[in-house]
Amino acid sequence: MTHAIEVRGLTRRFGSFTAVDAITFDVNEGEVFGFLGANGAGKTTAIKMLIGLLAPTSGEATVAGCDVVRESDEVRRHIGYMSQRFSLYEDLTVRENITLYGGIYGLTDEAIRDRGKALLAALHLEKMADERVAALPLGWKQKLAFSVALLHEPAVVFLDEPTGGVDPITRRQFWEMIYAAAARGTTVFVTTHYLDEAEYCDRVSIMVDGRIAAMGTPQQLKQDHGVATLDELFVRLARPTAAAHG
Amino acid sequence: MSDAAPLVVEGLTRRFGATVALEDVSFEVRPAELFGLVGPDGGGKTTLFRILTTLLLPDAGSARVLGLDVVGDMWAIRARVGYMPGRFSLYPDLSVEENLRFFASVFGTSIEEGYSIIAPIYRQIEPFRGRRAGALSGGMKQKLALSCALVHRPDILLLDEPTTGVDAVSRREFWELLAELKASGLTIVVSTPYMDEADRCDRVALVQLGRILAIDVPSAIGARFPAPLFAVRGGDRQALIRALREYPHALSVFPFGDELHYSDARRTASPDGIAADVRGYLATKGIEGTVEAIAPGIEDTFMALMGAPPEAAA
Repeated sequence: MTHAIEVRGLTRRFGSFTAVDAITFDVNEGEVFGFLGANGAGKTTAIKMLIGLLAPTSGEATVAGCDVVRESDEVRRHIGYMSQRFSLYEDLTVRENITLYGGIYGLTDEAIRDRGKALLAALHLEKMADERVAALPLGWKQKLAFSVALLHEPAVVFLDEPTGGVDPITRRQFWEMIYAAAARGTTVFVTTHYLDEAEYCDRVSIMVDGRIAAMGTPQQLKQDHGVATLDELFVRLARPTAAAHG
Repeated sequence: MSDAAPLVVEGLTRRFGATVALEDVSFEVRPAELFGLVGPDGGGKTTLFRILTTLLLPDAGSARVLGLDVVGDMWAIRARVGYMPGRFSLYPDLSVEENLRFFASVFGTSIEEGYSIIAPIYRQIEPFRGRRAGALSGGMKQKLALSCALVHRPDILLLDEPTTGVDAVSRREFWELLAELKASGLTIVVSTPYMDEADRCDRVALVQLGRILAIDVPSAIGARFPAPLFAVRGGDRQALIRALREYPHALSVFPFGDELHYSDARRTASPDGIAADVRGYLATKGIEGTVEAIAPGIEDTFMALMGAPPEAAA
């Protein structure tokens, strides 16, 4: 099986603090991979290295076959990224955001027009196309941001807490979009604080203090650790360090 | 009883341009109650807190905090309310101790005078009292913000999404702190987008798009679910979802962790009969499934009460 992401001994230190401590894992093509961990466990640092924004102290990683250090520009061409905090320009309209990102991703005008049209139709957003993004409800914004992150048909898409604060129905619609993208072959790398969503992933990893403390399918993890839910496992693994990190 | 209620909200309405942030919202909070406002972002929770803390005027309706009017008695309310806004509200360049000292002095008190009330929380971050607030982890920031909201010994605590973006472990610890504060007699109003946190409250209001969908004790909210509900497992999740959605009697089908929650439109059939029917139907689709009647939870009820999907409601 081909790996969309390969990580070998990836490490990042800040001064004397080791934020990411020699993590090693693979993510398969078309897989929905949940990247879990408590605040401060090192998730964000790891993601920054995988999308080529931060150089590792040691170790290596490839994303979509490109080395995250030597070919970081190439990595960025093959990935999509969205987060809860930033994804779209609020003061631009829906259409302007699509055009802007299409341009940044290097799509032709024709491709931007065609894919933009298909995107608006799929989201039932045609009537809102010329509204400012700021006027959209949060759930729509997040669905739009996800679609825009997929505009250039990236091999891998990184989603950083995409459903925070979103209503429960839209949250589930968002996960249906994730499955649809995965079914088309896109690899989805997702973080979340909703542990029921972790159950929707093909595999999850749980980071504790910069290391991967557990990794596997939700079913396998629950069986191996003798717990009923991933929430229970998460609390058990993360609790010992919670006191130190607050 | 109503006179003693520390918080009374009646017909509160607030618009921003064409957007109705709050629409005719009414509820009462009892003394020493832990009252939850549960719902997604954009529901009006922050607007409500801003009105209750006298930072924003309502367009219509009224609210009384500790018997004081939010419009007429602005200054008296501010002195007696502890407020933790949703966004990180501390000075990132000041140390932990400097932040706390500043908030204490604004309210004409000192860390020493307020120490006994904040001690259970502040002691956990006191070892880091010289650290810049901006350099704290999420869970520690949250504990500092709570200490700052408590240091002047308020009579009511208003917390706007204190656990948003915080991991499951820190969230759990935060709710344990709130339970301790409540036990000391403090009235607490707290908002959250996490449905699983509703069970930690004495009573909750489910809030969506500026309206209250329901107010009740958490254990009674599920009774408002309008149909028989079942947990279904078996086979491939996507195939199972598709099959159930095609079933003529399906009312709703939603993933819940590692199972699906299925509600059935038939009102006359017994739950056992429906479960057997659904199992039989799945078998015709080549899926060997388990179907088990369950009691609806808060998230089930919230989705049912949301009624129209967000597309239509927006």
